[in-house]
Amino acid sequence: MKPYAKFGILVVAILGTLGWLAAGGINETKTYYMEIKEVKALGSGAVTKGRLRVGGDVQKDSIIRDGKEVRFTLIQNDLKLPVIYTGTEPLPDTFRDGSQALADGKMRPDGVLQASRIQAKCASKYEGKPSYKVKESVNKAGV
Amino acid sequence: MENIGALAILLAFCFSVYAVIASVVGKLKSNPFLILSAERAVYCNFFLLTAASGLLVYALIAGDFRLAYVASHSNHAMPTAYKFSAWWGGQSGSLLLWAWLLSLYSAIITFQNRRKFRDMMPWNVAILMCVQLFFNLLIAFVTSPFEVLAQGRGIVDVGDGQGLNPLLQYWTMVIHPPVLYLGYVGFTVPFAFAMASLISKQRGEEWIHTTRRWSIVTWFFQSAGILLGAGWAYAVLGWGGYWGWDPVENASLLPWLTSTAFLHSVIMQEKKGMMKVWNMVLVSATFFLCIFGTTLTRTGIVSSVHAFAQSPIGVYFFSFLAIGIAGTVFLILSRLEYLKTETRLESVLSRESTFLFNNLILVASCFSVLWGTMFPVISEAITGEKISVDAPFFNAVNVPIGLFLLFLTGVGPLIAWRRSSVESLKRAFLWPTVGAAILTAALMASGIFHFYALMSFALCLFVTWTIFAEFYKGSRAISTKTGQNLAAAAIELTHRNTRRYGGYLIHMGIVLMFIGFTGKAFDKDTTVEVGVGESFRLGGYEMKVREIVDGDNENYTWRHAKVDILRNGNVVKTLEPERRGYKASRQPTSEVAIWRRLNEDVYLNFAGSAEGTNKAIIQAYVFPLVTWIWIGFWVLFVGTVVCLIPSKVRLQYARTQVVGVTSKQQYAEVQK
Repeated sequence: MKPYAKFGILVVAILGTLGWLAAGGINETKTYYMEIKEVKALGSGAVTKGRLRVGGDVQKDSIIRDGKEVRFTLIQNDLKLPVIYTGTEPLPDTFRDGSQALADGKMRPDGVLQASRIQAKCASKYEGKPSYKVKESVNKAGV
Repeated sequence: MENIGALAILLAFCFSVYAVIASVVGKLKSNPFLILSAERAVYCNFFLLTAASGLLVYALIAGDFRLAYVASHSNHAMPTAYKFSAWWGGQSGSLLLWAWLLSLYSAIITFQNRRKFRDMMPWNVAILMCVQLFFNLLIAFVTSPFEVLAQGRGIVDVGDGQGLNPLLQYWTMVIHPPVLYLGYVGFTVPFAFAMASLISKQRGEEWIHTTRRWSIVTWFFQSAGILLGAGWAYAVLGWGGYWGWDPVENASLLPWLTSTAFLHSVIMQEKKGMMKVWNMVLVSATFFLCIFGTTLTRTGIVSSVHAFAQSPIGVYFFSFLAIGIAGTVFLILSRLEYLKTETRLESVLSRESTFLFNNLILVASCFSVLWGTMFPVISEAITGEKISVDAPFFNAVNVPIGLFLLFLTGVGPLIAWRRSSVESLKRAFLWPTVGAAILTAALMASGIFHFYALMSFALCLFVTWTIFAEFYKGSRAISTKTGQNLAAAAIELTHRNTRRYGGYLIHMGIVLMFIGFTGKAFDKDTTVEVGVGESFRLGGYEMKVREIVDGDNENYTWRHAKVDILRNGNVVKTLEPERRGYKASRQPTSEVAIWRRLNEDVYLNFAGSAEGTNKAIIQAYVFPLVTWIWIGFWVLFVGTVVCLIPSKVRLQYARTQVVGVTSKQQYAEVQK
């Protein structure tokens, strides 16, 4: 066999394997970005939708720490979504009353989002124009 | 003063426009005076941007809070070093840093080559100044660092600024952005040389020879920047990781992957005259990924979701990228005849082949990271639903890629150019393979069955073995010839061909980092709520809370835990994690406590206290082998320095081809 044909086969084999791994990885971890409105619109369908990432503001005085669990309410345009955080990573330092937060997780049948990851950004201080390092720090709080 | 600063930037913008025009016109009309004036404009641009940067830094340190930038990134209480680093703490300042670094690099390049490459330099200057023009435009008209706060609102007095985010007040964060930028911006230079050589239709590899050192240095800065960021994440953020596949991190990794591929594939062009088009593509891709990385970090198109605000400068960046990429593609396509390959591949079992696969796999990795990072944007465009992918996706693809690369690192240097016989491969790789197999067996006997971890350790040993074998073989040859001892001979050997042996040292650094990465497979963690006197266990340690103290100073309030770490009943170490609440920014932060050791780090994070209790919620982790990542970095640093020392023996790379005969003819003759 000519060397170029051999190369062709090897290249295809490598790229094929990687493509297959990538496809598996995407299916395993894909997360849907949603607004609270969209989650509500899905109704009970949200439970089977898979992993969701929902954004909103943390409602004032809604954060309750209960041992390892943290409960709070996300609010956006008067729509509320209760969240219960049970992840192992520490909550980001920017997560507190009034901050903007993203919660990753699955909807439970009782309408509570069971989150395994929280990202948060302090809303007051950065005036919607944060430096990139702020975002980095916030996002790293997860994963 | 802000007027002088803004004026300096405006003038710098004018000079960059002038430099582009004068350079191009001067070249086309063969007017040496115009070309010279363009080069002088490059120096002027540098001086003006230096003045503007100096003024901004002065304003930050002096606390001139009339300026919007100063008010939002500096305050009275910060130490001077952090005030200085506020220069790149925000958007317009960091764009000014970009522009300033580029002006510095352009001035150096122009000065170094003031008598060299006369037919190529005008184009080179024009391209550097095109990029400069873009950044000058941004800081002059779109997001000026000298904007005055009071404009139109009648605010006259701002007492104190908001200061830098407490999370960023850490030493690696002070140097991480400029170091990364040194790498990002630095790649403009090889790109400009490559394009200039294309425009002026150079056949040779001049652009590669003159930018070789430059590429290595900028590559090192990229590596250092990435690792400083990782080190900061590990020591400050409190989740114990150093890499989270976050869009901003990915943005820094993308150009690193292509520049690593580039560093390898230029060897192919120098030695064999192959992959010329590919090198052009890689150097361009690296440059545009650097710009793209800046775009991602500056505009937040990916991480921003709904409420997360976007910045308007994205449009400018994407226009610049679109125009630049279109121009580059056109240029490469129109010059294909100057980029013909001089030799052909002969065998899969050859050094050429390992280079080829090294490149394939690095670019595949780059593509997968880019794809994953942009997935929310892509999926929204196609399906209308914004879907993101997470760390498991990146790991699924990049862990096997990393292992395959590690394998190639071991194989590549020992395999012969052109073609290798199976016999010679057996001779070269028998013992490293046996060693790796024995290590695997031993690890399995000790109860480790993690597939990737086993493979990684085995490959690390394999590569280390081959690297040492290379050093040993060469040193022994020298020592038998000259009678030097082995150590002296090894130094002599390295000195003779610094690029090759420095490269091996860099490989060794990478191997050490892989050992550190592999430790990740054995992390242990637990979260507990404990009071004074209570204890918990993790990974063979008993941790006992000795005391919890509250306190207060003018900057922040704090709650501090003293945790004794016991092994077999003896206190071996006391760690003191702390929780702070900054008063000015009302932001709580954690000061993690890390006990760093070669075998494993013990890492404690004071996550907080439940309302109204005096107990501490402590997150405890044991991270095996993490320290080797940082050690690997220092080895990589030494390797880079060795690469930069001129070789004692000037090597002329022998081409395998006869001058005057094209490769196709030669190939045809071989076929007969």
